[in-house]
Amino acid sequence: MKRAFFAILQRDLQIAFRRVSEIANPLLFFIIVASLFPLAVSPDSEHLRGIGGGVLWVVALLSSLLALEGLFRADAEDGSLEQLMLSPVPLGVAVLAKVTAHWLVTIVPLVLLTPVLALSFALPVGVLPVMAFALLLATPTLSVLVALGAALTLGLRRGGAIVGLLVLPLTAPLLIFGTRAIDLGVYGESVAAPLYLLAALAALAVSLGPVAIAAALRVGVE
Amino acid sequence: MKLPRWFHLFGSPPFVYRLAGALIPWLGGIACTLLIVGAYWSLVVVPPDAVQGEVYRILYIHPQTAYVSMMAYVVMAVTAGIGYIWRIKLAHAVAVSAAPIGASFTACALVSGSLWGRPTWGTYWEWGDPRIMFETLLLFLFLSYLALRAAFEDRDKADRVSAILAVVGVVNVPIIHYSVLWWNTLHQGPTISKLDSPSMATEFLIPFLIMMAGFTFCFYWLLLSRLRAEIVERERDTRWLQDALQGGRA
Repeated sequence: MKRAFFAILQRDLQIAFRRVSEIANPLLFFIIVASLFPLAVSPDSEHLRGIGGGVLWVVALLSSLLALEGLFRADAEDGSLEQLMLSPVPLGVAVLAKVTAHWLVTIVPLVLLTPVLALSFALPVGVLPVMAFALLLATPTLSVLVALGAALTLGLRRGGAIVGLLVLPLTAPLLIFGTRAIDLGVYGESVAAPLYLLAALAALAVSLGPVAIAAALRVGVE
Repeated sequence: MKLPRWFHLFGSPPFVYRLAGALIPWLGGIACTLLIVGAYWSLVVVPPDAVQGEVYRILYIHPQTAYVSMMAYVVMAVTAGIGYIWRIKLAHAVAVSAAPIGASFTACALVSGSLWGRPTWGTYWEWGDPRIMFETLLLFLFLSYLALRAAFEDRDKADRVSAILAVVGVVNVPIIHYSVLWWNTLHQGPTISKLDSPSMATEFLIPFLIMMAGFTFCFYWLLLSRLRAEIVERERDTRWLQDALQGGRA
């Protein structure tokens, strides 16, 4: 089972790195949308410091939605998803491998990019590790939710628009705890509580999420 | 687990169609009676509140609709889960029927709360209030369920896919509830909380509970009415339904 997990992970990473533009698009989107906010709201650094954490979180949520089209669709179209279902490996494990690959390729670069953008939003330097750590803890949950959205809409010819409707309400807790950690960090208080909660959500999502995603995929490819 | 022998009847559309037909007048009658009595009691009999005056009477609408909205989500998610696991089409039909009613009750709770907020809190909408946030997100969950269903042309597929979403949603409902609750209490002290007065005096409590029961019966009345319509739509090509409809009574 472990071998299958790493084989699928490796395969998905390989496919992703052969189409670099698809990795770059969500990142570009992230940077562009984030830089629209100072234009739209105010370039004043006091203002930006107030909204920066929240803006970056919301934009990160939105750009993770961009990347989901390729998650299962290509595999469903060329039949390899059906092969995975027929294989003796539990579908949940395969799903977990695919989601991990997706997370490594699209989300981790985004997390790495966030401190740079956070600096441009005049957030204090001391908060940057907190923010990166909070994103690192929250994004596995986010990836699972996005993958669930992709799986639920697999049977549709075009699922793009509706996935946002399905996924975004469910991300509210991530947003609350994530921005909460940043707020506490800005005021120099202990950030442990929201980070623990994010970690708990990640544990829940990573353990139960693949089961739900697998169920949705089985309906989707019928 | 061994189920009693009559249990399979609840998976049979003709039986449920007739049962719902028989129950609807009763549920409707009880709901209307309770709501009329409760409305009279809460609007006329009970004295105005010492602090809020007359406007507090939204207390007899607002918590009830909020309560029913949450109950509707649980009904929807449980029946959708039953439908998915045991592949009972009728359970899916119940879930589908519950969703729009739940969404409407959620909207009612939001609107009545906002109308109540204006004179008492001085604002129609307070983003910082956890209950408002929770109801708003609940409304989004109902609407996303309906949107997902509407996107599928094949009803069977729509049933099963939306069931997964409903079950995932119901796992998330307590998480969302507590996250918005802690969000606010962490942000600031509870500047506004609605029922922070000690428990209600009995004279206020009785009409409160009557309205609560009235709205609950109202929900099930609407649910069964919608369920019958849903069964008619799903079974329109079957013999028993044609017979039932031509016979004039179910």
